Amino acid sequence: MALNVLWLQSGGCGGCSMSLLCADTTDFPALLRSNGIRLLWHPALSLAGEQDLIQLLERCLAGQLQLDALCIEGALLRGPQGTGRFHRLAGTGVAMTDWVRRLAGVAAHVVAVGSCAAWGGITTAGRNPTDACGLQYEDDQPGGLLGTDFRAGAGLPVINIAGCPTHPGWVLDTLMMLAAHQLTEEDLDPLGRPRFYADQLVHHACTRNEYYEYKASAAKPTDLGCLMENMGCKGTQAHADCNTRLWNGDGSCLRGGFACINCTAPGFQSPGHPFHITPKLAGIPIGLPVDMPKAWFVALASLSKSATPRRVKVNSHSDHVVLPPVARKTRLR
Amino acid sequence: MSRLILGPFNRVEGDLEVQLEVTDGRVTEARVNAPMFRGFELILNGRDPMDALSIAPRICGICSVSQSVAAAKALADASGVVVPPNGMHAINLMLACENFADHLTHFYLFFMPDFTRAVYAARPWFREAERRFAALAGSTSNGGLRSRAALAARARWFELIGTLGGKWPHTGAVLPGGTSRAIETTERIRLLARVREMRAFLEQTLFGTALEEVATLDSLAALQRWRARAAGSDMALFLDLAEATQLTNLGPGPGRYLSYGAYARFEGGHALARGVWDAALQQGLPLDPTQISEDARHAWYAESTSAQALHPMAGLTQPEPDKPGAYSWNKAPRLGSQVVETGAIARQLVDGQPLIRAAVLAHGGTVYTRVLARLLEMARILPLMEQWLLALQPHAPFHAVQAQPEQAQGIGLTEAARGALGHWLRIENGRIAHYQIVAPTSWNFSPRDAAGTPGALEAALVGARLDNAIEGAGGQSVAVQHIVRSFDPCMVCTVH
Repeated sequence: MALNVLWLQSGGCGGCSMSLLCADTTDFPALLRSNGIRLLWHPALSLAGEQDLIQLLERCLAGQLQLDALCIEGALLRGPQGTGRFHRLAGTGVAMTDWVRRLAGVAAHVVAVGSCAAWGGITTAGRNPTDACGLQYEDDQPGGLLGTDFRAGAGLPVINIAGCPTHPGWVLDTLMMLAAHQLTEEDLDPLGRPRFYADQLVHHACTRNEYYEYKASAAKPTDLGCLMENMGCKGTQAHADCNTRLWNGDGSCLRGGFACINCTAPGFQSPGHPFHITPKLAGIPIGLPVDMPKAWFVALASLSKSATPRRVKVNSHSDHVVLPPVARKTRLR
Repeated sequence: MSRLILGPFNRVEGDLEVQLEVTDGRVTEARVNAPMFRGFELILNGRDPMDALSIAPRICGICSVSQSVAAAKALADASGVVVPPNGMHAINLMLACENFADHLTHFYLFFMPDFTRAVYAARPWFREAERRFAALAGSTSNGGLRSRAALAARARWFELIGTLGGKWPHTGAVLPGGTSRAIETTERIRLLARVREMRAFLEQTLFGTALEEVATLDSLAALQRWRARAAGSDMALFLDLAEATQLTNLGPGPGRYLSYGAYARFEGGHALARGVWDAALQQGLPLDPTQISEDARHAWYAESTSAQALHPMAGLTQPEPDKPGAYSWNKAPRLGSQVVETGAIARQLVDGQPLIRAAVLAHGGTVYTRVLARLLEMARILPLMEQWLLALQPHAPFHAVQAQPEQAQGIGLTEAARGALGHWLRIENGRIAHYQIVAPTSWNFSPRDAAGTPGALEAALVGARLDNAIEGAGGQSVAVQHIVRSFDPCMVCTVH
């Protein structure tokens, strides 16, 4: 029995779908099929449109078609005044929030694809003009559209594959685990994110780690140095495996030269400071690496700065390696 | 007369609803509705100007680099920074990578699957269409061999942005002063290898000939000669299907075409020219951006006190969901009060590509010429990318630092795959005080304006013939599907 997956989009940008199509495979439909995943409908990939979809939704609601995984991409728009009219499912005149509530009621699993569906995401920034929220969170507060107590048919809360966009591997691993009945509540972190990626930090395997060790920091875009001290990077706090499971072949935000904005976490859209600048208090970054007491950070930073090799210091302020590591002329290492 | 409400349209970006009035099996009136609103223009207000580089791309997951480029250009315009040549080439490469991928995705995943609909099952070419272009979800035919191969090629293609910009979509690498990622000599060689992989894919499947043979086609007669040489290629099959289903007459546009100019050159101007093309006059006109306005009469937004259409530097975004007479979250953009069409067809017409000018002269701006222009543009973009990669100078700067102004305004005009994209912003006291976005599909899928003039798609749908049986079922007219998809709508950009 294949895992029947229905994928719908609401208040988002479609970027998580577009990211999914960048999955590392030579044959996308074959990958799904051979791993027991059946896409009942996907907005970008299905032939069937319009009335076919509405019939399909009704069949799911009537229990005539087993809905194993309801994947929602995009924030749930509750406005104006709680009517949900900021997004009506085209052709139905009915608020998307109503469709999602009803479908979640019959689904074995409910999956939030991306940070919009998980927490509300970028759509909630500023004064949240559409009263957007996530499926089971409103920013970092439990609740959201479906409520704190919501459990899908198979017993799990909403699975939050957070990220802006989410990585195609995170989505496929989750769906493959669901198809194999291998994803349990223990596999989700306290925010409902799959632990296979959320138990990592973006910092892990960052190519700038040597610069981080010595606090040899970038001062401007294209500098090779660490982006944490000045450039707003939250990679030491962000839960994701972006530097071990790369993006689009060999990419990550840090490798692209710009700060990690911690897009897998609720609240990333409004950090209270410009994204590209590290907020500091008395010269010390406010957002310190997770698990690190401030006093230790200050002590280690000043020590490591005083011990920075010239090579690391020079290269950190350059856009390419100016001083290569010394090649020693001995067999003794 | 009967009324049909079609939606949700799939294989488009975002949510789309179309209301049709139908008499004797023909569309007599159409209203195009984007049934979603997120309020990015409001979200951007009050933020640090540089935050636009993280927020604006998230308007759209299919053309996020285009949104980045428009935001970065508006900020560069405000600060006066000059991007060094390397930065310009790198931005052009990312923008071209995305636009090219859009054309590829559109052709294989969004447009061609409509030829595998049941309504065409009796046609002699149906099996071949299914074998090559069956939709990737819900198909039981195990077909779609070419669309599956194109999807794999597309994923690999985006590795260009993986290297140049860290990730796609939503890179943060595009900056007002250039890019945040300097490219090394070996990386440049690897990127060139990736571009050549795509060249091989296109030459083996889509075109069946060298790209240059397609890029330099200069007349309909030349196209017919090429078609004979390239029989068996996907573009040749498209030409066969277009002929068989009379796409040549389907979905005529307004005949006025807008391009902001694509791929900026360091020495000034663009690789694909900026301007307006009037098909009836067979004449190019200069673009005057002060003539751009957005009319909110039939959109769910408050209008200005004067009830006039406003230039984006003065535009308003105040949702008014109960407004009488409104039917879309899209405002109606106009150029000198006129409806224009934008997209690859506009870029190629404005740039003077002779085949597309000849095809539009012969057939008008229709489903056929829109798709043809996109295919031809793919053949033109890829060699440009090879040139930009070769022009990169490793260890010369990719970025120029600029100071953020406390008070300024800026305009960022660029071309997304679907056409003209503009951002207008004002900075006051170091914060964004005003932000307006006019996206390509805002132009093409415009609602009526205060004068009652329908937008480009609304007019293009008029006259489309619906099958009676299909109409009775309240269902799908394949002609409507072809027309809508020929514009490759991006509704999330439209409504933003």
